[in-house]
Amino acid sequence: MSPSLLIPAIIVFTAVAYQLGLKRSHAVAGPDGPRSLHSRPIHYAVMVAMACAIPALMVFAVWHSCQSTIITQLVVAELPENIRSLPANRLNLVVNDIRNLVVGNVGVGDTVKPEILEAVDHYRSLSATSSAAMAVIVLLVGVIVALWARSLITPELRARNHVERIVRYFLILSSSFAIFTTIGIVLSVLFEALRFFKSVPLTSFLFGLEWSPQMAIRADQVGSSGAFGAVPVFAGTMLISAIAMLVSVPLGLMSAIYLSEYSPKAFRAVAKPLLEILAGIPTVVYGFFAALTVAPFIRESGAVFGLDVSSESALAAGLVMGIMIIPFVSSLSDDVINAVPQSMRDGAYALGATKSETIRQVVIPAALPGIVGGILLAVSRAIGETMIVVMAAGMAAKLTANPLQAVTTVTVQIVSLLVGDQEFDSPKTLAAFALGLILFIATLILNIIALYVVRKYREQYE
Amino acid sequence: MRPVKKYGSEHRGTVGVITSENPRMTCRNVNVYYGDKHAILDVSIDIGRNEVIAMIGPSGCGKSTFLRCLNRMNDTIDSCRVTGEIFLDDQNIYDKKIDVVPLRAQVGMVFQKPNPFPKSIYDNVAYGPKIHGLVQNKVEQDEVVETSLKKAGLWEEVKDRLAHPGTGLSGGQQQRLCIARTIAVNPEVILMDEPCSALDPIATAKIEELIDELRAHYTIAIVTHSMQQAARVSQRTAYFHLGDLIEVGETKQIFTNPSHRLTEDYITGRFG
Ligand SMILES: Nc1ncnc2c1ncn2[C@@H]1O[C@H](COP(=O)(O)OP(=O)(O)OP(=O)(O)O)[C@@H](O)[C@H]1O
Ligand SMILES: [Mg+2]
Repeated sequence: MSPSLLIPAIIVFTAVAYQLGLKRSHAVAGPDGPRSLHSRPIHYAVMVAMACAIPALMVFAVWHSCQSTIITQLVVAELPENIRSLPANRLNLVVNDIRNLVVGNVGVGDTVKPEILEAVDHYRSLSATSSAAMAVIVLLVGVIVALWARSLITPELRARNHVERIVRYFLILSSSFAIFTTIGIVLSVLFEALRFFKSVPLTSFLFGLEWSPQMAIRADQVGSSGAFGAVPVFAGTMLISAIAMLVSVPLGLMSAIYLSEYSPKAFRAVAKPLLEILAGIPTVVYGFFAALTVAPFIRESGAVFGLDVSSESALAAGLVMGIMIIPFVSSLSDDVINAVPQSMRDGAYALGATKSETIRQVVIPAALPGIVGGILLAVSRAIGETMIVVMAAGMAAKLTANPLQAVTTVTVQIVSLLVGDQEFDSPKTLAAFALGLILFIATLILNIIALYVVRKYREQYE
Repeated sequence: MRPVKKYGSEHRGTVGVITSENPRMTCRNVNVYYGDKHAILDVSIDIGRNEVIAMIGPSGCGKSTFLRCLNRMNDTIDSCRVTGEIFLDDQNIYDKKIDVVPLRAQVGMVFQKPNPFPKSIYDNVAYGPKIHGLVQNKVEQDEVVETSLKKAGLWEEVKDRLAHPGTGLSGGQQQRLCIARTIAVNPEVILMDEPCSALDPIATAKIEELIDELRAHYTIAIVTHSMQQAARVSQRTAYFHLGDLIEVGETKQIFTNPSHRLTEDYITGRFG
């Protein structure tokens, strides 16, 4: 039986087990009805259902994951001596051929050796047997454990506690998925970055002022030997993020205040979703806008004042990025400002405070933790943004504080280091991981600081 | 004395003496609507100088609504509409020319649920005087904070932790903080909407004592569900019923010898 049939079968068995548990619980309850039971009938039913489904699925998962390895080994063991004695990587190729033939992937014009064909047949029959055995055993396990669980049902059985414990394990499992994924990502980036730091010292990466990651591919090639000073790249990131925040924080905060405190309800109902659409526009589109509209505009206005503005500038990218993240600031701030209780405003009004005093001195301070949260979300968006910068700020890693010049950011460099055909062990590609690691650490520190600030503030005012 | 317009309407009219010899606030033919709902029906009443007037009545009868008319707090509710006239001394507070900001500084309000600002105890009290420019320097400000907290009977409990957040106080302390905050701006009239509903008997007694002391300088209107409290703190009592002002009179008379059957039913506990 194939998995596509087995899974529905398990589901059906589970449903039957549920009914069995339900019936049984009513039966043991006796004449007083379900009130004499420790738990509700549904808990007994769920317990039996879980007893059917969980062991069955576990057996299924283990079997399914081991099946192909074991079968392969059995098949290899049956191969003629001359093939078995091939070196490991050649043998792997043969095994691959066999597997391909099994699923029907036959290369055109290939002549298949008879002993291989034999092995393919062997493989097929083994996996058919295995599937059938698996189906029987999986369902049998489900039935046996479910029956056993059913036989346990007595009015005293603490079925609710058992069910809730298992549910709790599921919850723990689900939440640890995210955590383990994060740890996995961090570790993989960390190891690649460590390889990079073997060829480029940490200090020259962190404090070097020049970034030109081109490496000579052949020893006899003239040209760059690569310079991996990350300071210009990080400076570019900070410059662009700062410009973006200068745009988005005031605009976002003020539109949030207008929306939540001043605007008529009907206007708010229309304007807020519209503002949120800004966040849904693909960043490539913003990139077009930045590169084709904003950047030329800045260059031309700069020329009017006799300023020399390059056609790709940090200012253009920062401005457009700022507009993109306005909704992050405004929407979240609007929500938290709205959540400030009306009684707080009433208290201020009753003292004779004006509307603007009330907003500035009572409402905003009360909402500040949430506002800070929104701003930090926006900052991390700005730091991580790539597309707009590629299109509008350029790739040149220049160390400058002048927003009218082209700069580059960490994410852009990571992309440009990794696109195209690259060796995955040259310092050039490994540098991407080092940049990623530093970026990760930087945002982590930012978040920790933010959490600390927010908590400090909460302690003070709640 | 301002005349009361008579309407040939179906409303129940008010029994007793609605006027006061020395009125501070004069309300004439006040109607309040929440959208289509008519919440206050043609209420006329005087609030005397240096007197405590208690407003009692079953839940939902419009006590809070009426109280909030007296400093135009109802302006903050979109659906709310007020007609009629309310005078503070000689000013109609619903006149177009009147600005609510100075009005609310004159007519302060303490709410049913304590609502201290998310600021320190000190700043909670200093906030009003600061925005109204009542204090010129830090010394004066300290003084106002101290006297207000003393008047509210909270000084001894908080003098060592003025920098702590006001929200960290107990419910009763928070309510006294709100009272201190209100008297710090030196209003002429103080409106209190069930100020003791969340307090224990000891804190309640403190606040009642405070109300009695404040009477010397302020005019106070208090909404309460406790008949005993009304009897203890007030000189006059007004009984509201489903948006009507049923009876007004000397507190003693209302509680010993009510004229209207509804008032009698309420204070004898037959309903409410
Ligand atoms: N914001 C509002 N919108 C609509 N109707 C309201 C609003 N506030 C109060 N009402 C209605 O007006 C009437 C009077 O309410 P109000 O709060 O003044 O009663 P109350 O006498 O203070 O009652 P309680 O003793 O329970 O506080 C009630 O019927 C209430 O439902
Ligand atoms: Mg009320």
